[in-house]
Amino acid sequence: MKFVPLLISSAFTVLFIIVFNTRWGQAPALGEFLSPQHGFWQNAEPVDKDFGQDLQLPGLKDPAEIYLDDRLVPHIFAANDNDAYYLQGYMHAKFRLWQMEFQTYAAAGRISELIGPKALNYDRDKRRLGMVYAAEIAVAEIEKDSVSKAECDAYTAGVNAYITNLKESELPVEYKLLGYKPERWSNLKTALFLKFMSFDLAGYDDDFEHTNLRSVLGYDVYNKMFPIAPDSLDPIISADTGKRISVMPVKAPPGSDSLYLQNKDTVSVNVANKPDKANGSNNWAVSGTKTKSGSPILCNDPHLGLHLPSLWYEIQISTPNFNAYGVSFPGSPGVIIGFNDSCAYGFTDGMRDVRDYFEIQFKDDSRKEYWYNGKWVPADFRFEHIIRRDTTEYIDTVAYTVFGPVMYDKSYSGNRKTNNKYYAVRWKAHDPSNELMIFHGLEHAKNYADYQQAIKWLHTPGQNVAFACKNGDIAITTQGEFPAKWKRQGDFVMPGTDSSYAWQAMIPQEETPFMYNPERGFVSSANQFPVNPVTYPYYLSGDYQNYRGLMINRYLNQETEIGIQNMMNLQLDTYNPFAGMARPVLLKNLDSAALQTEELKYYGILKEWDLHYDADSKGASVFNIFWDSLKTIVWHDELEKAGMPDFYPYNQTLLEGILRDSAYEFLDDIATPEKETLKQDVMLAFKKAVSTCKKLDSQDKLTWWKFKDTRIEHLANLDPFSRLGIENGGGEYAISAVKKDHGPSWRMIVQLTKETEAYGIYPGGQSGNPGSAYYDNFVDNWANGKYYPLWIMAKNEETDSRVKAIIRVTKL
Amino acid sequence: MLKYILSIVVTALLAFVCGLYMPWWGIAIAAFLVSAAIPQKPAFSFLSGFLGVFLLWEVLAWWIDNKNNGILSQKVAGIFSLGSSSVLLIVVTSLIGALVAGFAALAGTYLRRLIYPPVPPPAESV
Repeated sequence: MKFVPLLISSAFTVLFIIVFNTRWGQAPALGEFLSPQHGFWQNAEPVDKDFGQDLQLPGLKDPAEIYLDDRLVPHIFAANDNDAYYLQGYMHAKFRLWQMEFQTYAAAGRISELIGPKALNYDRDKRRLGMVYAAEIAVAEIEKDSVSKAECDAYTAGVNAYITNLKESELPVEYKLLGYKPERWSNLKTALFLKFMSFDLAGYDDDFEHTNLRSVLGYDVYNKMFPIAPDSLDPIISADTGKRISVMPVKAPPGSDSLYLQNKDTVSVNVANKPDKANGSNNWAVSGTKTKSGSPILCNDPHLGLHLPSLWYEIQISTPNFNAYGVSFPGSPGVIIGFNDSCAYGFTDGMRDVRDYFEIQFKDDSRKEYWYNGKWVPADFRFEHIIRRDTTEYIDTVAYTVFGPVMYDKSYSGNRKTNNKYYAVRWKAHDPSNELMIFHGLEHAKNYADYQQAIKWLHTPGQNVAFACKNGDIAITTQGEFPAKWKRQGDFVMPGTDSSYAWQAMIPQEETPFMYNPERGFVSSANQFPVNPVTYPYYLSGDYQNYRGLMINRYLNQETEIGIQNMMNLQLDTYNPFAGMARPVLLKNLDSAALQTEELKYYGILKEWDLHYDADSKGASVFNIFWDSLKTIVWHDELEKAGMPDFYPYNQTLLEGILRDSAYEFLDDIATPEKETLKQDVMLAFKKAVSTCKKLDSQDKLTWWKFKDTRIEHLANLDPFSRLGIENGGGEYAISAVKKDHGPSWRMIVQLTKETEAYGIYPGGQSGNPGSAYYDNFVDNWANGKYYPLWIMAKNEETDSRVKAIIRVTKL
Repeated sequence: MLKYILSIVVTALLAFVCGLYMPWWGIAIAAFLVSAAIPQKPAFSFLSGFLGVFLLWEVLAWWIDNKNNGILSQKVAGIFSLGSSSVLLIVVTSLIGALVAGFAALAGTYLRRLIYPPVPPPAESV
């Protein structure tokens, strides 16, 4: 009996320990998570933390120094390139470990390992697209080249040097919350990250949507909804320079008119989880003939999904071979967008369609053989093991054909109603290429010839690479390895029973359109058509945006004596050229005499609007609501008939339609017997818009910044780790394309005077730790359109007041 | 009284040391050992273990939070739906440690009583 109190009290102790040592659903194990000596409190970094330390690391060849400045930007000084990449890996891990690993989980379709079966479809989608397959091919390419292998190996070793010495209490807080631990880094993880960028920038496709529209509405109607070229466009490579003559004919297969274009097979779609359609960017380089300083200026602002921790990590890398400054990707070695002592470089997305589908005829459900070029051909299989937290492993068996993986089959439709058919995906990112070398080459580039050599390595994602050099050269190349397509090839799903519809060849690198020191004194790109699609010998399918480019070119054409402040103003410009063209035609067709008092109020706001997406503008919101309302009225009948109410043609198509012809055929609602006119549609759209505006106004949500609700979400969608409700301007079609969760992810301006003068900012902070003062300290300045001067530190500036901490590294 | 204060202080110190070298539940071992070593009444031993770790975690969390300007605690409090209150999160933190340590201390005292039974008050002789 004497034992009873001891047993009971011991039992309670053990019970509480077990309860607080266990994860319950999404909640972390509270004892461990809350313990001030182990849990999240350890991530609460003193705001005045001294980051200086002496480190001994294995795998380093020579001693090196890393200087952290007042914004926590590392300036790495190493005695050789590979030591520098090693230390870059170490710093990425030190400040961004959770993010860089999480992104590779997302790329590899491994999210189920972290959050359980609810991520299964997300993971299957990535596996079936062949993300891991593509990354494995990329690693082989990286390791084939001794330079990129050494670079990647050094980077991986640097990341692992950090992980090896990481104490449990120092784990990033997200690991503690989600309850897992980092794996060792590998070259495959770097390749996975690069493929994730390919997915984001060259993974978009609307093939099933287009197929369905074509089949239901007919090719002629479809062709009017999605014309091959818009009326107004100003291609990246203007008519006078960089012209290339086709040396390689591509022809549509015989009979494709009836078999392909006029085909009536439907496949309905309801697709989630696509890369953002609005991924886009601006870059331009201005020659010294147009600048105040007489030296070239290069600017770049890549528009991407905005997240915390940021995709970007600012860095300076200095070795005897090169001295580069810019932003890097945590997960990959190198300076991705930036400049060195001789030149500067920047990217925008090429937007070309490099993901197509082929319908496969299997002999039977086993998928072992498929019909190709007149015989049964064996398929390969890849077994994708998807580990699911708290439950069993899921094995996805994916058949591989000559085109690529059979992404959609009877077991997986990715929300597409594929009618139990089999569709293989042909994706350019599966082809062997070694993109690490472009960054290696650009970091080291001394002149235009080096730039030309470097960019050849970039196959996918295709990018418009702008370049400027201290010797006065400027250039832009619409770089990438792209399939040479015949008209409409790959816009719809294609027959895969033989090779006649397959991509026939890649456009040779020598034919890549580019511009070098054009007479107009500048080069630019903003995701518009690379060249004139009407005269270009190959079909340019893609997702081009034409308005930002028009504005940039208009400005750069007019202006001379350009200085840095002009460039900042241009990057921050919120003028909406689309609205500039659309508002007159809307107002002209809106009979204001027929409006009631309340409607007149919003009519007035719209009429008075200065066409800028300023944060406190109400006119911007009224215009957007009005246009959306018109767009729905015009298209909903066709789209509903095709069973895809949310898949709209481009706004440019509708605008040019009504500008061209007030009796534009789509104005008529095909579901009603009468014939609607533009005036009727505009009036109806306005009345609907006013009721939305009234409602928003009463909730105080009509001001532009509140209406668009810009947010920078944490990668795991944890609201308290995110920055929500950011007060700023900008929007779609404006050069400053700050949208809801998407926008200029890094604004950079580099003036290549003798002493380089550079400015930049990204919406985030150098530390990935939500408990750090450096987690989001750039966000407010970014939202307010400010820039930081970028400090290109010299080795002898160790005592400069901007140096806040020194990490001295020696070989272990 | 002094004995209770002593055991609270020793529990806190030993729990801190355990925290450096052991998982978070090292606090239970600390509280258990202290009350096994220092004779106390069960109720008081629970209280001294509870308070020892409560105060330790309260001071540690407050100290960390203060140097961090509450940046992380407000965010984590948000995740736990504690209305972004750092103070509330510090209290919840301390309570969880204290609860475990209190029961461990109680177990320590009962173990001691098994080995060294408390001397019964002298009986009145007839």
